[in-house]
Amino acid sequence: MKNTLLLGTRKGLVIYKNINDNWEYQNTHFVGIPVSIAAADSRTGTWWAMLDHGHWGVKLHRSNDQGENWEELEAPKYPDGFEIKEGLAASTRYLWAFGEGGKDHPNRIYIGTEPGGLFVSNDNGNNFELIESLWNHQSRKESWFGAGRDHPGIHSIIVDPRDSNHITVGASVAGVFESKDGGQSWTPQNKGLKAEYLPDPDVEVGHDPHILVASESHPDIFWQQNHCGIFKSENGGKEWQDVSQKENLAHFGFALVVDEKDPQKAWTVPCISDEVRVAIDQALCVCKTENGGKTWEVIRSGLPQKGCFDIVYRHALAKNNKYLAFGTTTGNVFISSDFGENWTVLTNYLSVIYSVAFV
Amino acid sequence: MITVKFTSALKRFYPTLEPLEIEAANVEEVVQSVNDHFPGLKDYILDNQGALRKHVNIFVDGSMINDRKTLSDSLEEVKEVYIMQALSGG
Repeated sequence: MKNTLLLGTRKGLVIYKNINDNWEYQNTHFVGIPVSIAAADSRTGTWWAMLDHGHWGVKLHRSNDQGENWEELEAPKYPDGFEIKEGLAASTRYLWAFGEGGKDHPNRIYIGTEPGGLFVSNDNGNNFELIESLWNHQSRKESWFGAGRDHPGIHSIIVDPRDSNHITVGASVAGVFESKDGGQSWTPQNKGLKAEYLPDPDVEVGHDPHILVASESHPDIFWQQNHCGIFKSENGGKEWQDVSQKENLAHFGFALVVDEKDPQKAWTVPCISDEVRVAIDQALCVCKTENGGKTWEVIRSGLPQKGCFDIVYRHALAKNNKYLAFGTTTGNVFISSDFGENWTVLTNYLSVIYSVAFV
Repeated sequence: MITVKFTSALKRFYPTLEPLEIEAANVEEVVQSVNDHFPGLKDYILDNQGALRKHVNIFVDGSMINDRKTLSDSLEEVKEVYIMQALSGG
């Protein structure tokens, strides 16, 4: 069982542990430093912390002993002369996604970044190289753009458990891209998505998948919480179907998780789009579907129902069997031990929460 | 010889950091020399393209450097280089 919670926050990496079915605070690493993503590699047990120093740039840290000791590695760097746009040099602004490289390559990891580069390491993080085929994709300079952040960023990385050469990434704002040849070539996979903020909502590239996830048990079933709704694909992203249900609040949000066994069960935490970014009616809720998005149930048990500003960022909702946990922009963490039906407060006292992971 | 001093904030990441006495013709050479003494420190000061990070400043005998992009400021007759961070909060 995964009995540890890694919480990447604006003021450090906070650790909770499950002790006799109680989640208890353990310690904080990197106190005072923003942690954009904290993750653990399920193949090697390595912990990863991606830091975003305000002054000193982004940093990458690795621990081989569950946080007892951390080692700083050289963070992914853009090669000399590479440009985001004409005349604007590319430099790593933010480490925004961690991906495992497949069971047959236990030392391969991926990191997604702002301004839009995907990096690969084949030696467990000692060295990284930019995957130039995606960076040089014809759509990037003309159709990728920033939203929320200054420049586009890769926030989701999925490696097919059946074939580690089959890689799918999500980028905001650009969309979903797939490679079937280990990252040598990439194809947009955005058919059926709607980019309602563009003059042509059906563009090939220019979509905003806030998070992209695949079912563990059925790797061809993808879900995404998109800027313009919740979408599902039954064929690995070839075609997307809008499964939002606005009347039950399941529409706008950032985070989404899928059940490990049943690919038709998913959870999101909705909020208001665009004009104000707060919980809907200033009351926090979770939306759950058990039928692939045909209908959504609104769950409020244990969640604050007035005066609430909390929203949940894209990496800040996690699931592990019966447990679900999410962290919010106002530093609250809520946890459920019954598949999201009832929630309790884990803490009210953290800083902005960027990532939540069970390890 | 030029004395290179650092903001104390960098000691968190390089606990043995102390002022250095080095020979250098320009600021770029100072940063390179600093990195030779404290491997990786350059990445705290400069971005991927070798430009000074937005919230980092370098003072040469009390004056801010002019060339934040390629660090070409000359150090002729300079006695002290100070590497500091801008202040921000929250």
